[in-house]
Amino acid sequence: MLQALAFYLFAALVIASGTFTILARNPVHSVLWLILSFFNAAGLMVIIGAEFIAMLLVIVYVGAVAVLFLFVVMMLDIDFAELRASFMKNFPLGIAIALVLLAELVLGIGAWQAGALQLGTPSGDATALLGRSNIENIGALLYSRYLFLFESAGIILLVAMIGAIVLTHRERRAVRGQQNIAKQNARRPSEATVNVQPGIGQGVTL
Amino acid sequence: MIGIEHYVVVSSILFVLGVLGIFLNRKNIIVILMAIELILLAVNINLVAFSAFLGDLTGQIFAMFVLTVAAGEAAIGLAILVIYFRGRGTIAVDDVNRMKG
Repeated sequence: MLQALAFYLFAALVIASGTFTILARNPVHSVLWLILSFFNAAGLMVIIGAEFIAMLLVIVYVGAVAVLFLFVVMMLDIDFAELRASFMKNFPLGIAIALVLLAELVLGIGAWQAGALQLGTPSGDATALLGRSNIENIGALLYSRYLFLFESAGIILLVAMIGAIVLTHRERRAVRGQQNIAKQNARRPSEATVNVQPGIGQGVTL
Repeated sequence: MIGIEHYVVVSSILFVLGVLGIFLNRKNIIVILMAIELILLAVNINLVAFSAFLGDLTGQIFAMFVLTVAAGEAAIGLAILVIYFRGRGTIAVDDVNRMKG
C-alpha cells in the first residue's frame, strides 16, 4: 500500500515536472524543474530496489549536469523572449508528432500485454545474489564481466572533458606578454652580472 | 500492486514529453538539451525497471553507461553552445546554416 502510494506520488511528480521543464518560460525555471524530475526519478528507482543508480542519478545529474546547465544559462546574456516567439507556431506539429509517438508506444505496450511478444529470459549469470546489497552486486558485476565497458566509459568521459576544455578555452595573449621561460631558466649569474672593484673617486664604465 | 507496466507507462510518457520538448522549443538549444536529458532519463527508468523485475542486474549496469554518455553529451553540447554564442551573440539554432550543409 505504502509502496503504491510512493510510486504514484513519484510518478505524478516526475511527469508534472517534466511537463514544466519543457513549458517553462524561463530556462532557469526549466533547469529547476529538471532537477525536481531527476529527484523523483531517483525515488522511483529507490522503491524498486536500485539504490545505486538512484544515488548516481542524484549525484551525477543534480550535482553535475544540472549545475552545468545553470551555469551556462546564467552566464550567457540571451533574450529568451525572442527565442520563445516561435513556440505557438511549433505547437500543432509538436503535439501531432508527440501523439503519433504516444500511439506507437501504447500499441507496443498493448501488444506486449496481449502476450504476442516473447520477452527474453535472463540468463541467470547477472542475477542479484541474496544477502548482498545492490551496490555490492553491481560492483561485483561491473569489475568482472563489464570491466572493459567500464574502462571504455572512463575513456568516453575523458574525451568529453578534453573536448569541452579545448572547445571553450580562450588564449589571452595580450595579458601574458612575451615571456620565454626556457630562456629565463637558462640565464646564469656569470653572464648577467659583472663584479668590479673601482678605486676611490673612480667611476665604473658600463 | 505496482507492476512493471506502471514503470513502462511512466517512462513512455516521459519519453514523449522529451520529444515534445524538442519540437516546442526548436529555437532554444538549452531547452533542447534538457529535453534530451529527459529522454535519457526515461530510457534509464525503463532499463532499471526491467532489470529489477526480471532479476537481472545488466539493466542497471547499462543505465550507468547511459548516464555516462548523457553527462558527456551535456558537457560537449554546452561547450558547443558557448562557442556558438561567442561567435553569434545568440543561441537561436533554427537557422544554423553557417556551413551551408
